[in-house]
Amino acid sequence: MVLAVRDLAVTRGGMAILEGVSFDLSPGEALVLRGPNGVGKTTLLRSVAGLQPVEAGTVTGAEDQMAYAGHSDGLKAMLSVTENLKFWASVFAVKDIESALHSFDLIELRNRMAGTLSAGQKRRLGLARLMVTGRPIWVLDEPTVSLDVASVALFAEAVRGHLRSGGSALMATHIDLGLEEARVLDLTPFKASPRARHMDEAFL
Amino acid sequence: MSALLLRDLVLSIRAGGGFGLGLAFFLIVTVLVPFGVGPQTDLLARIAPGILWIGALLACLLSLDRILALDWEDGTLDLLATAPLPVESIVTVKALAHWITTGLPLVLAAPVLGVLLSLPLPAYQWVVISLALGTPALSVIGTFGAALTVGLKRGGLLMSLLVLPLYVPTLIFGAEVARRGAEGLTVQTPLLLLAGISFGVIALLPFASAAVLRINLR
Repeated sequence: MVLAVRDLAVTRGGMAILEGVSFDLSPGEALVLRGPNGVGKTTLLRSVAGLQPVEAGTVTGAEDQMAYAGHSDGLKAMLSVTENLKFWASVFAVKDIESALHSFDLIELRNRMAGTLSAGQKRRLGLARLMVTGRPIWVLDEPTVSLDVASVALFAEAVRGHLRSGGSALMATHIDLGLEEARVLDLTPFKASPRARHMDEAFL
Repeated sequence: MSALLLRDLVLSIRAGGGFGLGLAFFLIVTVLVPFGVGPQTDLLARIAPGILWIGALLACLLSLDRILALDWEDGTLDLLATAPLPVESIVTVKALAHWITTGLPLVLAAPVLGVLLSLPLPAYQWVVISLALGTPALSVIGTFGAALTVGLKRGGLLMSLLVLPLYVPTLIFGAEVARRGAEGLTVQTPLLLLAGISFGVIALLPFASAAVLRINLR
């Protein structure tokens, strides 16, 4: 499934921030979005994920094909690592959670409550969730926040495995993941000229 | 869907889950009213159906802001919205989980607490029946209020103000069933109206809740 973004324009807080963004993402490909803080990486990813209306342009091929991971991991503090993963696996009708636990080195933590994990461990659990979605397109917003070097390597390996199995990944990140095959898209040239959005949409 | 329901039920009985919050509030109200009104059993018996209904309604209201706010704060709602579950089924499951953890215990506790209020003997079955029929409507309407105010900091006050007027019809007909039952009158009309309200909101309101939730998630 090819994710195709054409002439996308997005707004944040009523201000246009990006316009004319176009790219394709084919199976087996990874695309890294770069740009300074505030350029609109998160807004673009949320629009691709369908969590936010687009101002102009189209996103095709994302619906029901993509797994989104944002700034928050969506973990329940009072559920154990296994219970958290099992919940998401059953939401996405996937049976196997063991490979996800292995990939992110969570086997020893599996019976701990998610609330007692460190920030980096929580993040690893949040990323392991992607593997139990069974979705081909991963949309990742700053996936490596609070991960140490070893965990970043685990994550890069998981992404690589995902690409090998015909998946694709779209991510915004500031650090180098060591994914040589990933293309890089700098969003700075797509910055929108400042203008206000239509007022009546402020309520929608 | 069953996974979401199961998770919500497990979360509610774990530490800090809030199971029993409504029940404890209901208990406090019905225990305190006889102290406040005084030991006049005939007066208590007359107001008992209404007190039980008001207590149940406020107990429901107390736990509404937990329905969606917790999932909003930790990002679960965003992730659920991109999951294969339709938003309509998410809000329906949330309302069902709220009813099982809050409404159902109130229905079961009402006859026990009725003793404290000298509830007349013929009223017991009608209090239970009217609460069993009415509390699902309270949960569904409450989920709508929670969906309207999700994402607002300290949205609880606004939600109470929005939800209370919507609760009034349920309260009127629910308490009327219990009152008529207590006096041995025929309960058919208010019972049918209460059932109409309940089934109506269960059938229609999840779509409204889903629509406002989609807007709020943007």
